[in-house]
Amino acid sequence: MKKILLSSFIILIGISFLGRLSYLQIFSFSPNQILEDPAIKTLYNFPERGYIYDRNGKLLVANQAAYDVMVIPREVKPLDTLEFCNLIGIDKSTFIENIKNARKHSPRLPYVMVSQLSKEDYARLQEKMRKYEGFYIQKRSQRYYDTKSAANALGYISQVTPDDLKKFPYYSQGELKGKTGVEKQYEDVLRGRKGVKYIQKDRFNRDIGPYKNGALDTLPEPGKEIQLTIDKELQEYGEKLMVGKHGGIVALDPTSGEILSLISGPTYDPALLVGRKRSANYSKLYYDSIAKPTWDRSLLAQESPGSPFKVINALVALQEDVMTPDDKIRCYNGFYVGKNRTKRGCHCGGGLRDMNSGIYKSCNAYFAGTFKQIFDKFDTTDEAMDVWQKHVKSFGLGEYLGTDLPTGSRGRIPGKEYYDRVYGDNRWSWSYIVSISFGQGEVAVTPIQLANMTAAIANKGYYYTPHILKKVEGKPITDPKYTQRKYTTIDKENFDPVIKGMEAVYKTPGGTAHWLQVPGINIAGKTGTVENFTRINGVRTQLTDHSIFVAFAPVENPKIALAIFIEHGYFGGRYAGHIASLMIEKYLKGEITRKDLEKKMLEKTLEKEYAKPYSGEPFPINERVW
Amino acid sequence: MSGNTFLKRIDWLSIFIYLALTIIGWVSIYSSTFSESNPSILDFGTFYGKQAFFIGVSILTVVFIFATEANIFERFSGIIYAISIVLLVGLFPFGKTIAGATSWYNLGFFNLQPSEIAKVATALALAKYLSDIQTDLKKQKDKMYAFGILIIPAVLIILQPDPGSGVVFLALTFVLFREGLPLYYLAIGLVMFIIFIATLKFGTIWVVIAVSILIALFYLTKKERVKISPLPIILFFIVSVTISLSVRVVFDSVLKQHHRDRFNLWLRLEKDPKKLEEIRRSIGYNTYQSEKAIESGGFTGKGFLQGTRTKGDFVPEQHSDYIFTTVGEEWGFLGTATVVLLFSILLLRLVYIAERQKNAFSRIYGYGVISILFVHYLINIGMVIGLVPTIGIPLPFMSYGGSGLIGFTLLLFIFLKLDANRLKEWG
Repeated sequence: MKKILLSSFIILIGISFLGRLSYLQIFSFSPNQILEDPAIKTLYNFPERGYIYDRNGKLLVANQAAYDVMVIPREVKPLDTLEFCNLIGIDKSTFIENIKNARKHSPRLPYVMVSQLSKEDYARLQEKMRKYEGFYIQKRSQRYYDTKSAANALGYISQVTPDDLKKFPYYSQGELKGKTGVEKQYEDVLRGRKGVKYIQKDRFNRDIGPYKNGALDTLPEPGKEIQLTIDKELQEYGEKLMVGKHGGIVALDPTSGEILSLISGPTYDPALLVGRKRSANYSKLYYDSIAKPTWDRSLLAQESPGSPFKVINALVALQEDVMTPDDKIRCYNGFYVGKNRTKRGCHCGGGLRDMNSGIYKSCNAYFAGTFKQIFDKFDTTDEAMDVWQKHVKSFGLGEYLGTDLPTGSRGRIPGKEYYDRVYGDNRWSWSYIVSISFGQGEVAVTPIQLANMTAAIANKGYYYTPHILKKVEGKPITDPKYTQRKYTTIDKENFDPVIKGMEAVYKTPGGTAHWLQVPGINIAGKTGTVENFTRINGVRTQLTDHSIFVAFAPVENPKIALAIFIEHGYFGGRYAGHIASLMIEKYLKGEITRKDLEKKMLEKTLEKEYAKPYSGEPFPINERVW
Repeated sequence: MSGNTFLKRIDWLSIFIYLALTIIGWVSIYSSTFSESNPSILDFGTFYGKQAFFIGVSILTVVFIFATEANIFERFSGIIYAISIVLLVGLFPFGKTIAGATSWYNLGFFNLQPSEIAKVATALALAKYLSDIQTDLKKQKDKMYAFGILIIPAVLIILQPDPGSGVVFLALTFVLFREGLPLYYLAIGLVMFIIFIATLKFGTIWVVIAVSILIALFYLTKKERVKISPLPIILFFIVSVTISLSVRVVFDSVLKQHHRDRFNLWLRLEKDPKKLEEIRRSIGYNTYQSEKAIESGGFTGKGFLQGTRTKGDFVPEQHSDYIFTTVGEEWGFLGTATVVLLFSILLLRLVYIAERQKNAFSRIYGYGVISILFVHYLINIGMVIGLVPTIGIPLPFMSYGGSGLIGFTLLLFIFLKLDANRLKEWG
């Protein structure tokens, strides 16, 4: 007993020690320790964010220096809080709150106390910061905008949210990240890669040299500069024209799908979302529920396309061989549908219409007749509906277009399933849904889809998916998604009569845009006037029509295709038509010859129209304002 | 004595382990005090340079021990003991104070710590006294003598004050148990200790319940025929309850706050995370840092000279009492397990060697050596990995310190010399 007592004690202790050591070194061991190790300080070297240029190499977005006051909670020594708060310009409760959050974040990692000081504040603070241990100023770069336009398309950057931090381990607290627009879409390209430096520290928190002699350190990779397809001048000009109007303009280069301008009105100065006032300004913009400036109408607004959609129906009819361009349909200042021969109205003036005059006079009766012909070709309504839907969707309508912008809408091109749901299986026919033949009713498109549709017509049967990135570091994009043609289901020759009709819109007296011709340029276009309704106190109320216009030019060699959508602008030939005419002239000629027309558009606003539904009183619509 | 037979008789396994631990120790000291700006190995201004010198001195000491007659240690043990006591007493007027403890003589090039020599001297003296044919541990007087040999140096050392080293002398009571002191002394001590700890951790009520269950089990499992008078059982119960009841009084009024904090930390008694954090920062700082450093080593460690916490000096006294953390951080579990195994094998080997001694002096001295080494190893590593409250004593052979290394070398190699000589005595 006595002889083995000590031996067993030795063995027992040996086993306990091994147990404890395996608990510490095997079970509690955390492999991610380089970031948790108090002996290693991680320093980041942030590369400069890439510049953004327009299609002609004009600068849109660059950088400027900004300064953040950072805090490392565990290094903070007691300080005169009030004096410090005054110095950095925050109140005491914010200070206490921030310190608390910083501690919660991590006692030994830097946390942004005050972000993005101006250069002046920085100069004032720089000398005095040394007094406050645990605080320091970190230089960061923030965006500088060389334009007051394209705010939504360019997007903005802001500090990563706690959510981002969880989702994207690359970022650390206080870093900036693209939140919308191009900044979001091409974040990885623009951002580059931050460099990391690990510093060995002692327990007094002094640096004692690079960790592992810098073997794990990395150099920052600078952000790449990118060139957008946007034409800065056209973009700025379009935004000027949009002052006081709500709506969207999308101009494309039909030969490449490049977005020449992406305008959403009302807009705002992108510089508002830079620096310390970003958050306050953003709230102001975001909560403006009438003008909704942060809501990119050019990509998101889904409205009935109105008459421009008629040309698609004409194309479907030609493709299905149910009409020739010369087949005539009579307009009785309207047309009769259904068992009860209900009359539906038309504003074209009545008379015999062929395809050409059907288009340039925008005759509802002609297209209702065309629509009937399409449905009559097939044995069943379902079959006809499928064929019609397939053709229409081949123009990029009714689905996400797949642009390289982080937002978008699908729009809606209804099919048989949709109407079966609405009316019941087989309980509907072409006459129930005839409104869609002239772009009213259930069809809905976004301005960019409409512009793309126009581009497909200009190209006589194909389009390139619209995109905003042109070059990265001088190298053109190669993504086949944006460089390969997408073909429509309509044959090339069927486009000619339709394009003729669209030309006639300008050229023929009585065409809906006859008075908007641009001297020396052949334009093909189509007006649209869309009835729309809202609910005021639960009552369905009609508002002034939306003004819509699509056009491309020059007809013989299209360089620009655009769609313009103006909320409550009344006739398509009014606001939208004017703006289309000016935009085309600006882009193709570089200057405007019709100064009076331009002046009218720059001065006229629709603010009164937009205030009507909120006035609380009955109001007239579709007033003849000029 | 022919050199050849001596070399055959000496216990090479122990020597091998001794060398291994010393080298691991030196490498760790090198790592924990190494500075990139001054990478020379034999700079006597550095800890590792000095330790290299002490290793040299230790080897000379070994040669000296092997060259002398074995019986010299037995014969002169009384004188050696007396000298060491004189040295300990002399500290009070002449000693040098480092970190609050007057434990050193300043010899110019080197500080001598007589308590390290006193360990050897006491082990020798105790062996000499107990191996005397006339000593009988059953006699009260002899018991007192034997305890006296331990207590005198222990008290002198505790007064320096160096309570850690003082505790080591109590370890020599192991020797007394081996040599005839009844085991129930140990049992009583152990039970009291368990009751003390259990009361702190779980409270008096649970301790009383546990003791009652224990007694009940004892009655239920004993054989029918065996009659045990109930008196000692009742006495045991009363004493246990009294101790348990007095624990709180002792803990709250006799112990000082920093003692209490050590217990609080060790037994994880503090539930309030804020206070726990505070204790960790003050009294528990060392343990917290050493545990974290060891933990961060993981299974394979960060590699030689790659310990970030070692480099950053996060663990205080890392080259001396906390040398084990360097092993833990840089060599991981593989390193720490190796050290633990080396110590275990060495101690078991020494027990085996002690038991094979025919000569009582050699055997008793052997037990002294084992007890001293074992207590150092137990307390030091236990403290560093957070199993034992903080008591500052070095890890044998590995911690930085000349007196310590030479003291432990003397301790071990005198025993190995005695062992190598065991047949000759009888032959």
